[in-house]
This record gives sequence, structure tokens and C-alpha cells, in this order.
Amino acid sequence: MIHALHAVYRRELLAYFQTPLAYVFLAVFASAAPALAFHMGRFFDTNRADLAPLFDYMPWLLLILMPALAMRSWAEERDRGTLEFLMALPIPLWASTLGKFLAAWSVAALALVLTFPMWIAVNYLGNPDNAAILTGYFGALLLAGGYLALGQALSATTSNQVVAFVLGTSACFLLTMTGLPIVLAVVGDNAPAAISEFIAGLSALEHYNAFRNGVIALTDVAFFIGLIIASLACAGVLIAERRGGGR
Amino acid sequence: MLVADNLVKSFETKRAVQGVSFTLEKGEVLGFLGPNGAGKTTTMRMLAGCLEPDAGIASIAGYNCVEARLEAQARLGFLPEGAPAYPAMTPRGFVKFGLRARGFRSDALDRACELAIERVRLAEAADQPIGTLSKGFKRRAALAAAIAHDPAVLILDEPTDGLDPNQKDGVRALIREMAPDKAIIISTHILEEVPAVCSRAIVIAAGKVLFDGTPHALEQKGRDGSVESAFRALTLEPETRESAA
Repeated sequence: MIHALHAVYRRELLAYFQTPLAYVFLAVFASAAPALAFHMGRFFDTNRADLAPLFDYMPWLLLILMPALAMRSWAEERDRGTLEFLMALPIPLWASTLGKFLAAWSVAALALVLTFPMWIAVNYLGNPDNAAILTGYFGALLLAGGYLALGQALSATTSNQVVAFVLGTSACFLLTMTGLPIVLAVVGDNAPAAISEFIAGLSALEHYNAFRNGVIALTDVAFFIGLIIASLACAGVLIAERRGGGR
Repeated sequence: MLVADNLVKSFETKRAVQGVSFTLEKGEVLGFLGPNGAGKTTTMRMLAGCLEPDAGIASIAGYNCVEARLEAQARLGFLPEGAPAYPAMTPRGFVKFGLRARGFRSDALDRACELAIERVRLAEAADQPIGTLSKGFKRRAALAAAIAHDPAVLILDEPTDGLDPNQKDGVRALIREMAPDKAIIISTHILEEVPAVCSRAIVIAAGKVLFDGTPHALEQKGRDGSVESAFRALTLEPETRESAA
């Protein structure tokens, strides 16, 4: 069934580049990521040779742009009627779901690669810890994957891409902000420590911060892989439900 | 080759298909007729593995369309209602996508794709984005994707809808050409197609089969010996039928 997975992946990847979507997305990402690092993160004022200003604002950029990339995945198929064509092909549902996800994740990875001028700049200006920078990129890629998978699951709930985008952004926002100190402080003041810890554990931001600090922990990797698998499974269940005709 | 055994499907409170049964053998071309909302498309979707029946069994070449969906679909070519296709893709890319998903590679992929494009007479538009094509070309692109892998069973939901008379003739000729080697179902509102291409006709209304026989036997059901009058006689309510007559 690998040929089916490859066919879906190839079609989806081409679909991003056959329309302006991928080019607009990549241009916006390649402009916005350095802009946030320079202006909000005060890239030069820190006097440090690292990419912390880039990685600090990455979650907020990704929580807007990843749902934008994911919104079309199933909603467009439903809207155009091509879902019926896809469902009549001898493709296992896991292959359709995974193929769509991997194609979107590839575009996200390309977007991260396009921030390489900043990496070159810090290496030109100083002696950064490149292993820590790579760890930060790895964390950003996992975070992007988690947001994409969540966005694709929500795209399977509707035939309207705008609705899919709003749902995706809202879900990613919730998943991110549960890790903000202000939220954890409020929860900590009003709920038992166990609940506070549980909510902190759900936060994509908390798990991402470890990578941002140059640390790869198995629990953080497992969180994002688990988020991706659970979200893709949800998308698969939602599409399979359509085959059951809403039963 | 194809079996629909007491298929039942409901959507919320509506019973769309209520015990539809028929079998189809190689060499048969079945005209699947009925008014809008009769249950034709729902039945075809169940046979294509896009919908699971609430009860009953659909199978293709001996493979259950639910329990052995992938094996059944591997032997099926399906043209869904409205002939949906990806507008940014070219017809050639669209046909190749379906073939790749079915495991075709390299030379076999190219040969099957070119043959399908040639059979539906799409060569002149094969490399233009589908979204820029006329309705007739779009339908032929979807038809090419349905026949490219040379399936044993073809289910075509309104294959000539939106085509001009010459294009309709072309599609009918293609169906006749493929008929000896395949079991083919076509749903249509163009009743003249039934005697022109079908060896058998089924009339369905309110989710139930009202007639199953040859086109000639269907014509005998009408007042003036035409398929149109037979269709009205079978599918209209008695009081409506009187006023229509």
C-alpha cells in the first residue's frame, strides 16, 4: 500500500505548488519569521549569537500559518466532491490521511529551511551553538507537525475552508496558551496542583520550550508524535464516518 | 461480476434505498433509471465502496464492498455524479494519479494513461488545468480516470450529462466498445440512451426496484411503446400519471 501513500503524497504536494498557496505561504513565512525575530525579538540588541529571537516567536507564527496550510486538506475535497473520487480508489484511509499530512509537513519543513539566512548571519557574526540551533529547528518542525495534524483533523469536520481555518487556529491557540505563565498562574491559584500540572503537560508551548533551550527529551518528542498520531486518527475516523453515511 | 443483495440505506429519517437487489454479468450494460431522489446515486455509491449499506451486501467480482473494499475497488472504475476532478491538475495528471494509487508504474502507467486519453478523445486538452476546461472535457477527464486501469466493472453516474450531441455519441460508442469485456452500469436521465447502449434496464423509485428487464420489455410498459412513456407509467403517482397523460 506504499504506492497508494506515495500517490496521495505526490498529488497533495503538487497541489500546493500548482496553486499560489505554497508560494504565498512560503513568502509570508520567510518574511514574517525574520521580521518577528528582528522587531519583536530584538535580534541584534541581545548581543548573543543564537537564534533564540527566531524560536521565541515561532509558536505564534505557526499557530496562524499551519492551520492556513491544513485547512484545505479535507474541506476542499468535500466542497469539490473529489472526496467521493478519492474514497472510490483502492486506497486505505490511513494512506490518504498520512499522505496529506506528510505533504503539508514537507511544505512546512521547506518554510523552516527558508529561514537559513538568519542561521548564516549568526554564524557570520559569532560562534553560535549550532547543535542547539538544530535542536530548536527540530522542535519547530515537531510543533508545526502537531499544529498541522490538528488542523487537518478539524478540516475533516467541515466543507468550508474558512471554518476549518478558524477552528484550526482556535485549537492551536488553546493548545499553545495553556503553557503561558499567566494561564498556569491563574490555574495554579484556583485548582489543585495535580490539575495545574496536567494542564501544563498538555501545552505545546511547554514541550516546545525544551527544544528551544537546546534540550531533546523523549517525553517532549513523544508528546508531539502522540499529538500527530491522535489528530490524524481523528481525521481518519471523521472521514470513515462519512463512508458510514453518518451512522 | 457485480451483486447488489437487498441493499438498504437511510439518511437520518429518510430511507434512500429500500432493499435493492440485482446482479450484473460480464457483457451486460445496465441502464439505471429513476427520478431525482430515487436512490440511484446512493445505490451506486454503495457499490463503489463510498458508502456502507445499513443492511444487505454489495460485492464486485466476489469481493464484499465493505469487508474487502480495496480488492473490490481495485476491479472497479467509478465516475461519480458531477464527474468531480481536481481543477489545478491536468487531465493527464489526474488519470496518472488514479493509476499510481492502483499501483501502476513507469511504462505501464504511461501506456494506460495515453490509451485512456485517446479513448475518450481528450488529447487536445490533456495538458491544460482541468479548471480551465469546458464541462464536456472535464467529464471526459473523469471518465478517462474511471476506465484507465481497464476495470472489470464500470459504474458511471450520468456519463453524458452536459455533453454536446457529438460528445454523447462518442461516449456511447466507447461504452458499446467496452461492453463485451465488462459489466457496466450507467445511470442517466437521457432515456434515449437506454435502447441505444443498454442491454438491460432497471427503473428505481423511492428506493425500490420497479422494473428489471430488457429495454424492449421496458418500452412495452409505456402507452406508446417508448421508454419515456414507460418511465412515466412506472414512476409517477397514479393521479399525476393521469394528468401527465
